Amino acid sequence: MIAAVRAFVRGAVLMLAAALCGCAFHSERIVLLPSQDGHPAAVAVKQGDRQVVLDKPYAATQLTFADPWPYRASDAEISAGFGDALAAQPSRSASFTLYFVEGSDELTEDAKRTLESVFADLRQRAVPDVVVVGHTDAVGSSTFNDELARKRADAVKAMLIGRGVRADDIVAIGRGKRELLVPTADGIAEPRNRRVEIIVR
Amino acid sequence: MYLQWRFPAVPPVLQGENIVRMAWAFSIALAGLPVALAQAADIGQVKVAKGTVTIERSGQSLAAPPGTRLQTSDVVRTGSDGSVGITMTDNSLLSAGPNSVLALDRYEFDSTTNAGHFDASLHRGTLAVVSGRLAKQSPDAMAVHTPLAVLGVRGTEFVVSAR
Repeated sequence: MIAAVRAFVRGAVLMLAAALCGCAFHSERIVLLPSQDGHPAAVAVKQGDRQVVLDKPYAATQLTFADPWPYRASDAEISAGFGDALAAQPSRSASFTLYFVEGSDELTEDAKRTLESVFADLRQRAVPDVVVVGHTDAVGSSTFNDELARKRADAVKAMLIGRGVRADDIVAIGRGKRELLVPTADGIAEPRNRRVEIIVR
Repeated sequence: MYLQWRFPAVPPVLQGENIVRMAWAFSIALAGLPVALAQAADIGQVKVAKGTVTIERSGQSLAAPPGTRLQTSDVVRTGSDGSVGITMTDNSLLSAGPNSVLALDRYEFDSTTNAGHFDASLHRGTLAVVSGRLAKQSPDAMAVHTPLAVLGVRGTEFVVSAR
């Protein structure tokens, strides 16, 4: 009972304050969208000491000076309210893996074909930037593999530059044998670890 | 780079010709500084820009066509005809509709560990977000602030408006 009176008084005070400062028209909306990659998604909306967690697609909340008002948003509302923002969304990043001949910075035949898909993807993007990450398998010393990973990344960077990507838009790094795709003991040759990841965005 | 190279060459005691040498080293270091900062500070890139899109950076207002590199503390504004799409280095995507003010308050991203923090503020307008590697690594890494609330980004896609 006392709590209800308090809530009423708080509401009345907030409403009065809002009316006085003219901020009664300020309102915010948050809508959780279905995720394209299928991963579970959630947004925790914290207003003062109150929190609402949106964890289902189309779960939405409206915020004003009063308590959050949860509801379910419609596609029509999303496109009317957020169409321009959604239309300006950049293309999602794409990731490619190229494999190398053992001990070298030479691409396997499969990788040469994958590289063509990279160029096809790059052509779809107005202002692409690329991250090239070189990896090795666990054969050899860390120093040797750091150098080899770097050489592989640089070799791919050179191929990209050769096909018209600006050097400024490419970051090439070598990770050596630190991030084995297939975990192995040290010294084990594993073709799937001899690779370069290319992230295009 | 210049700072690391030059400062060890500067003698610790300010005497006679050492002052001249130090002043020289300092001016070289200063000349190199903006370049070093610009390289270190790239946190994202404008990929899409329609209509009027500007960035406020250190008190200046700059046009922000596609390709513009972004830095921490940049404030991105769109006009009534404008919209903008940004890709951050952790692959998160932020895009804003017309009449929006979006501040990139804090951004730290370690591309090796995916650790870091990203705080952005939507002061006004509409924003669509697709979270990236930071939010995937830690549920507390990314937050979008609005005039009324703080949105903790636990993952992937949402839209927010502030009017």
